[in-house]
Amino acid sequence: MTEFLQHFVNGLSVGTIYALIALGYTMVYGVLKLINFAHGDVYMVGAFSGYYLGIVGGGGEPSFFRAAYVTLGAMIACALLGFVIERFAYRPLRHRARLTALITAIGVSFLLEYGFQLSPWIRTPVQFPPGPSPRFFPPLIDFGGERSIEVLGATMPKIDLLGLGVALGLMLVLQFIVYRTRFGTAMRAVSFDPQVAGLMGIPVNRIISWTFMLGSALAAAAGIINASSRPKIEPLFGLISGLKAFVAAVLGGIGSVPGAMAGGLLLGLTEEYVAGYTDSSYRDAIAFTVLILVLLIRPAGLFGRVTVEKV
Amino acid sequence: MARAKAVFRSILPFLLGLPVLFAIQSVTPPDYALILVSVGVNVVLAVSLNVVNGFTGQFSLGHAGFMAVGAYTAAKITTGLVGVDLPFVPQAFSDQAIFALALSAGMATAALAGFLVGMPSLRLRGDYLAIVTLGFGEIIRSVIENMKTLGQATGLSGLPPRTNLVWVGVSAIATVVMARRLAVSTQGRALFAIREDEVAAEAMGVDTTGYKVRAFVISAAYAGLAGALISHAILLATPRMFTFVRSIEVVVMVVLGGLGSITGSIVAACTLTIALELLREFQAYRMVVYAILLIALMLLRPQGIFGTREIWDLAIVRRLFRTRQLAATGPAGASPTEVRDDSTKGVV
Repeated sequence: MTEFLQHFVNGLSVGTIYALIALGYTMVYGVLKLINFAHGDVYMVGAFSGYYLGIVGGGGEPSFFRAAYVTLGAMIACALLGFVIERFAYRPLRHRARLTALITAIGVSFLLEYGFQLSPWIRTPVQFPPGPSPRFFPPLIDFGGERSIEVLGATMPKIDLLGLGVALGLMLVLQFIVYRTRFGTAMRAVSFDPQVAGLMGIPVNRIISWTFMLGSALAAAAGIINASSRPKIEPLFGLISGLKAFVAAVLGGIGSVPGAMAGGLLLGLTEEYVAGYTDSSYRDAIAFTVLILVLLIRPAGLFGRVTVEKV
Repeated sequence: MARAKAVFRSILPFLLGLPVLFAIQSVTPPDYALILVSVGVNVVLAVSLNVVNGFTGQFSLGHAGFMAVGAYTAAKITTGLVGVDLPFVPQAFSDQAIFALALSAGMATAALAGFLVGMPSLRLRGDYLAIVTLGFGEIIRSVIENMKTLGQATGLSGLPPRTNLVWVGVSAIATVVMARRLAVSTQGRALFAIREDEVAAEAMGVDTTGYKVRAFVISAAYAGLAGALISHAILLATPRMFTFVRSIEVVVMVVLGGLGSITGSIVAACTLTIALELLREFQAYRMVVYAILLIALMLLRPQGIFGTREIWDLAIVRRLFRTRQLAATGPAGASPTEVRDDSTKGVV
């Protein structure tokens, strides 16, 4: 029972990270029908911008304000990155063949991964790019005394619980934005049919930009939450997480916002339970197996609707 | 008559190539041999990837994974049979026969892996193949790193030195002939049809999934061949040789040369391999340059250097060899990065 609960907590903690990243994939796929390969790397950049912000400002003493400043700063930085990527890499290709956008996305993904692995050009105040060796994310919040609480014998680090809370809060905010605001309505209209949405007076380009920014900000938040619990960050760690988040998006039904949340949590839990009760050395293979199974059994995902393509 | 001509056309490159290859093999100093081997292996990789990414318009990112499958299968066979001699034949011949067996086994297992990966992802339209193959490449690496029999992270070493320029040259010729024969066959026409418009192809009765999977399996088999060749040239098979970076290198070659052009793939594979060899001190920037190259190509010249044009479609070459042009429509249509896709037509 204790072990079961422990796995549940761990799985939930990883699952919310997947869910936050998957939301970016799914929203961008919704409006552009493009798998944004670079999204996993935006998540990585989010963690790194948090790391840099933690070094440059914030006084050094871990506190609530410092955590908020670092998280919001990283979210803004990544939103800008998302805007730049969309504006300069994807928008010029929107009327071209589908494959060109995919190849560009792969290119952008590499540029971030390997650009960050170059040895530093800038040395003060921070070393940028960070280079290939792992760096350690500074602690953002000092909980004083006990670092974790025990429930029924399962250890729950306070930082994970806080991360879980923040992630769930962000998802609620997103739910509100998508279903209760004008922007959200416009976004859903664009993902339903961009041409008609444009004819109805919706500024499609602006909506797409905002969608990218929103998705990237969520990825940055995921990066910060993940890094404050598992502080080792390196330029390549976005690749596998991005891949798994994509699996989560497909599992939930790509293009569906609630699907991405459910898919992320489900994938995190599946991974944790399967790895926990069997051989954990094949942990990374679990998500891949899930992806293959989803594609074979229900390609539309859990929440996706099976659509008939009209020509 | 036509069939005999086709068979002759397929065999002729080998007949012409073999003496040349033996000549090259005997005059090349060992220092340069390895560079030529890697050029040849990259030609095999690029041309075979072009069958999927260029001819069919799908996008595979997992060529290195199939290389790994081929390399480890072949390495297991050659190291397992290292002291074994076939009866009644000289030892040198016996070694080569075993190597041929190992290469075929590598191709077969890679093809099987290709089937397992391709079948679920190619049933669907869209970019699923890219992400599934990307995942496959990472998974195969983590599987190898966890398997004791495959040497885990250190890999297999002490492979017998079996790869020579003749083997590599023959493989490269075989790949090019395969791609060329495929392009002019019914199968090839079906692939081009899928690339141009999948919905229309399906409406015309093309079994799109079947053709896509077959193309993917063929391509995976040749990737396995390339993996087996390179591992028996550097006498080593480690998971580090078959990372994502390797897959991307091949993708860059194909995209640079032109998706759909065999000539382009060959030229780009040779140029990039030799350029990398000359620019060894800039290794750190290699991936960044690839990334910028991919983005810049897509923005400025999406069809790559050659588009879908082939050197044998040039009027002068056609007159020289009196070959017929592909059907009446000219070269094999437009590159998959050149045509406008209708699925995004609505996005303003």
